[in-house]
Amino acid sequence: MLLMQQILNGLLDGVYYLLIALGLSLIFSLGGIVNLAHGAFYAIGAYMTLVLSPYLGFAGSLVAAPVAVALLGMVIERTLFRRFYRSDPILSLLLTFGLAMIAEQALRMIFGAAPLSFSIPSWLRGQVALGSFIYSFYRVVLLGIAAACVAGLWLLLQKTSFGRVVRAGVQNPDMVGALGISLQPYMSVVAAIGIGLAGLAGVLLAPIYSIHPAMGQEIITPAFVVVVIGGLGSFWGVVAAALLVGLVRGVMVGIGYSAASTAAIYLLMLLVLLFRPRGLFGERILRFE
Amino acid sequence: MSNQQHFTRRGLMKAAGGIVLASGLSAPAILRAQTSEVIRIGHLTPRTGFLGPLGEYAVMAVDLAVEEINASGGMMGRKLEVLKEDSVNPQTASTKAERMIERDKVACILGEISSASCLTIAQVAQRNKVLYINTGGNSDALRGSDCKRYMFHIESQNSMYVKTAGRSFLRDGLVKGKRWYSLTADYAFGHDLLKVAKRFMEGNGGNFAGDDLVPTDATDFSAYLLKIREAKPDLVIINLAGTQTTNFLKQYAEFGLTFPVGGFGFDTALAWAAGKGNFVGTWPVVWHHLLDTPGSKNFVAAFTKKYGKPPENQAWGDYVAAKIVAQTVNDLKSTDSTKIIEHFEKGAKFDLLKTRQGYFRASDHQLMHEMYAVTALTADKINNQWDIFTSSPPVPGPDENLEGIAATKEENSCTFPT
Repeated sequence: MLLMQQILNGLLDGVYYLLIALGLSLIFSLGGIVNLAHGAFYAIGAYMTLVLSPYLGFAGSLVAAPVAVALLGMVIERTLFRRFYRSDPILSLLLTFGLAMIAEQALRMIFGAAPLSFSIPSWLRGQVALGSFIYSFYRVVLLGIAAACVAGLWLLLQKTSFGRVVRAGVQNPDMVGALGISLQPYMSVVAAIGIGLAGLAGVLLAPIYSIHPAMGQEIITPAFVVVVIGGLGSFWGVVAAALLVGLVRGVMVGIGYSAASTAAIYLLMLLVLLFRPRGLFGERILRFE
Repeated sequence: MSNQQHFTRRGLMKAAGGIVLASGLSAPAILRAQTSEVIRIGHLTPRTGFLGPLGEYAVMAVDLAVEEINASGGMMGRKLEVLKEDSVNPQTASTKAERMIERDKVACILGEISSASCLTIAQVAQRNKVLYINTGGNSDALRGSDCKRYMFHIESQNSMYVKTAGRSFLRDGLVKGKRWYSLTADYAFGHDLLKVAKRFMEGNGGNFAGDDLVPTDATDFSAYLLKIREAKPDLVIINLAGTQTTNFLKQYAEFGLTFPVGGFGFDTALAWAAGKGNFVGTWPVVWHHLLDTPGSKNFVAAFTKKYGKPPENQAWGDYVAAKIVAQTVNDLKSTDSTKIIEHFEKGAKFDLLKTRQGYFRASDHQLMHEMYAVTALTADKINNQWDIFTSSPPVPGPDENLEGIAATKEENSCTFPT
């Protein structure tokens, strides 16, 4: 019974990683940039909620903060990322690593290093009972919003002409170019969506996690593990990996091996890399072979 | 064709001269350090990572203390200067301590929050025979098996924390025959604290319903909360460190659990961050901003004036440490670490902004002082974001020996390596 609860809870947990990991995966697949600053955008999203909520309410900031973070992402794509698409990946790695440190220190200078308080708005508090499984109402809402975003992103990538160009760009950017389509505007939109999703995760987790400048670092490592396990270029691979990582962590705590719960996800990554080097559902992308 | 590649003797001489010049550049700095009119002390504390939020208070406090010391004449008539660095992790802490001692010739080093980094700094201090005052590392081992002659502790040891909060739990009938569920940070501090907490529980006739180690990078506690709800403990004990405590409190409220909560490791900033309604339970502190003594009131007023928010307990530790060093150097008219240590070991008394003065116990260099147990106020009794708890009277009480809450020789013994 308790194990069943832990499995369910672990899967729900995985959804938080998913919001971060999907953006990471998209930006890497299309632009070849490993965005180490992705966690920083998550932190910026959380701080924006703090600033915007008094004026717009939590519901208002749920829309406004991710949009603002997405716009910031677009600006950074236009001014910085763009210069590194064709260069050695190590350069973009250095760029985003530096960006993450600058963002963290900027938050520290503006808001102070002390964690800031922010609570769940009263209309989202309380418990819901799913049979005998009593769960936080807020997390159910959070799951609903995250699932809607993931579904929306999938539809965008699979069912629109925009999505077709992006998918073609992931597989063969030169061919897309030869067909007379410039990938640059698509890259801007993809970066905005990916970074906006990180901002959204920041807003959604602000009421239940502690808000401090280094909060981005806490989430970026598991998100990377999710991307590696899921496999590059695979939407459902990332989804499956996020749920799997959440599940493994939850079950490890559930069966009394909490101390090894972090180690377990790295072990999982190791096993996946040993037997499926491209990740669970990773596609063969010529550029990255 | 090109003679740029040729290795000439002239070129070699130039290069060698350049190296000599370059390496000589650091010499004036050393000369300046030895002859200048300033006395330097080093301050190391984590300013990034999961303890960074607390480190910021330490830095603000040491700045304030140095400002006040210099305003009242400095040390031996010379200006006091503090070198502050982010200690990051135990390895970096040790490297930076080494550099502060060898290059910057600091008179002593203050600070730290992580018990693991305290140990590496203390090893450097001991090797160089320079005083190190620990202001935030709690583990008993630092005062026991890892104790060092050149290390003193303003911060209370885990035993003092456990016995202070333990008195409140005993009074409330939450110990004898009761079941605790504990969550413990999975590193040096947590392991040490869990050991002390278990000793307390066994000694007082209680037991553990559950006991989980939590990786320091965990942010989500839902899996633990489900276990706690299932175990129905009489008391939930939180021995986490840094921002994890805040995460836990927020999520505990989120899941609507109502078992009594307490813990043996606590920082006021973490309660402030959890906020009204989320902060619950009874916790031990070395100091808090609501203490009704003239010294504390002055400190709170000066700190609030300078930084726009009240100080928390970590600020007290670093503030008091700087003041103790300044007072001692002025009394002894010397910055010699060995002389300062002798003075401390003789039981010199210091004002700690509390009702009673304190002193360093010679046997393990732990500061003997009063502590407090604070209990969260319910949301309807809270008027502002800072005053969110009530405090117990000082522990130990006015008629008791200050050593009453410290670890006994049997519990934790120290033999200083020579």
